[in-house]
Amino acid sequence: MREGFKSLKIKSNLEISTGIFEIKLQAKYEKDIKPGQFFMIRGWEATDPFLPRPLSIADVEDNYLTFLYEVKGQGTHLISKLQVGDTLEVLGPLGNGFTLETDKKIALISGGIGIAPMFYLLKNLDAPVDFYAGFRSAVYWMDKIESQVTNLYLATEDGSAGHKGFSIDQFNPRDYDLVLTCGPVPMMKRVLEICEGIVPVQVSMESRMACGIGACLGCTIETADGIKRVCKEGPVFKGKEVLL
Amino acid sequence: MANMSVNILGTSFKNPVITASGTFGFGREHADFFDLSRLGGISSKGLTLHKKDGNTGIRLHETASGLLNSIGLQNPGVDAFIEDELPFMKDQGTVILANVGGGTLDDYLKAIEKLNHTNVDMIELNISCPNVSSGGMAFGIRCLDAEKIVKEVKAICTKPLIVKLSPNAENIVQMAESCVKSGADALSLVNTFSGMAIDILKRKPVFNNTIAGLSGPCIKPIALRMVHEVSKSVTVPIIGMGGIMDYRDAIEFIMAGSDLIQIGSGNFINPTLSLDVIDGIEMFMNEQGIKQLDEIKGCLGKESFFN
Ligand SMILES: Cc1cc2nc3c(=O)[nH]c(=O)nc-3n(C[C@H](O)[C@H](O)[C@H](O)COP(=O)(O)OP(=O)(O)OC[C@H]3O[C@@H](n4cnc5c(N)ncnc54)[C@H](O)[C@@H]3O)c2cc1C
Ligand SMILES: Cc1cc2nc3c(=O)[nH]c(=O)nc-3n(C[C@H](O)[C@H](O)[C@H](O)COP(=O)(O)O)c2cc1C
Ligand code: FES
Repeated sequence: MREGFKSLKIKSNLEISTGIFEIKLQAKYEKDIKPGQFFMIRGWEATDPFLPRPLSIADVEDNYLTFLYEVKGQGTHLISKLQVGDTLEVLGPLGNGFTLETDKKIALISGGIGIAPMFYLLKNLDAPVDFYAGFRSAVYWMDKIESQVTNLYLATEDGSAGHKGFSIDQFNPRDYDLVLTCGPVPMMKRVLEICEGIVPVQVSMESRMACGIGACLGCTIETADGIKRVCKEGPVFKGKEVLL
Repeated sequence: MANMSVNILGTSFKNPVITASGTFGFGREHADFFDLSRLGGISSKGLTLHKKDGNTGIRLHETASGLLNSIGLQNPGVDAFIEDELPFMKDQGTVILANVGGGTLDDYLKAIEKLNHTNVDMIELNISCPNVSSGGMAFGIRCLDAEKIVKEVKAICTKPLIVKLSPNAENIVQMAESCVKSGADALSLVNTFSGMAIDILKRKPVFNNTIAGLSGPCIKPIALRMVHEVSKSVTVPIIGMGGIMDYRDAIEFIMAGSDLIQIGSGNFINPTLSLDVIDGIEMFMNEQGIKQLDEIKGCLGKESFFN
């Protein structure tokens, strides 16, 4: 049997860039957590906001679980106000996660907060990896990523760091055997177009969620194989499956 | 010791807590989290004669203490339900309600006929879905539409028939009376309230269908009032629901006149919330010296030991 929501103590909750927080929780996970899986999170009492929020697993260490989140609305705002020693309610790990492959040349492509699942993914990839990271302006988590990759291609839309423009401006699909991506839909759509017929892609999708476990059918997307639940059959889908 | 069991329509529920249609799938996902035999019952996702893909676009929108949904009855169709889901559900050791909704009168009848030949315990007839054959009106809004469908379904249904009422009915008490007069063996209420939301940046409704269904704690006081009024006007068993989040809410619905209660959106707060409600009801009964739920069902206005 799996556990329902449980309370985890907050070890730290730091604003690492404007509006971007890294929250570390005290937790021991016996079971494997796969990169690309997510948790449903609640950081408030009672029923307003009503639904928990889905967040990707950013890192798993022996005694800690880390999430990286951007403050968007009420839910993430409330979570950002939590202090060391407070608790966060979590349900998970949920969803399928990335399919890991070895002996392949792999490209990871993230846009903005889509970098959240990428560090833990990198840790679990036993292969040479090039990383394409795009941000609007402020850059974060590059120090963690840099030491783990063969090449890091950084881009910002305003040119404040790295290449001015998009990270995929520098990306050639023919250099890779596999591409894994997470970020804004327009970016992932562009990645799929560039890679079409050349290299297989796995994309991490987002959708509004209520139950997070596959019971409410609220998070579905249309795929080439019919209607699928992002929380159960996803959030990671094969590139050729999704219709962006 | 408190006895939580409830008997209605010749069926015994081990406790009054049923998980509501559309919030619990066919039980498979929740079976990973707890032993479903602890439940009083499970109401299946709404079934239609043929498979339905459901609505496109955004399907969920959070509101203050609740949510709007526009799932659009995505389901595998009644044949696939009978083949693939029902055997699993019947194995769980709890009462199984097949929730039937959507389509034309003829679709409803064909779906019920198929379910007649199964070991489903009861039918929960959802009459608040758009009805193509009467110009897009829902069966559950006007009494005359409801009477017609309930009568026809009752004539062929060999299972106990629960009719699930829409709170959007023109007059909920008259609607309840009409359904009972037309053959409903029990009533369940409420389904979701019609609502909407607007994306102010796009200047468009959030949902492709514009209108969606509101549920959760924000509807509880209205749902409770409806259960209270309906329970005073009919004598058939009542299954109450709408925003139940804990055992106190559940007891309120029982005191308002419910024989059984359902938990819907509460399942999203925690997949094991229904167990907390069951444990809470038992604790409350023990604390208050209540031996059977009958003692407090519809107790409003009756003399209380504590007054
Ligand atoms: C599988 C998955 C993994 C995610 N991982 C991360 C992550 O690691 N870091 C991160 O910062 N964000 C992540 N997101 C997005 C994150 O869930 C939303 O930003 C967050 O729910 C916004 O909540 P809010 O209360 O701040 O915003 P509000 O806009 O007030 O939220 C209102 C409602 O809409 C939902 N919602 C709003 N935006 C999104 C969105 N983009 N995706 C899904 N639901 C949304 C909320 O959950 C809530 O129910 C992920 C989303 C999914 C589906
Ligand atoms: C996501 C979702 C899907 C639902 N699907 C159905 C359905 O298929 N058939 C039905 O009769 N009611 C359906 N309902 C209504 C619930 O069963 C219940 O009547 C309603 O949500 C009120 O209870 P609650 O406030 O506890 O959620 C659905 C509700 C939600 C939130
Ligand atoms: S969030 Fe309920 S099915 Fe995915």
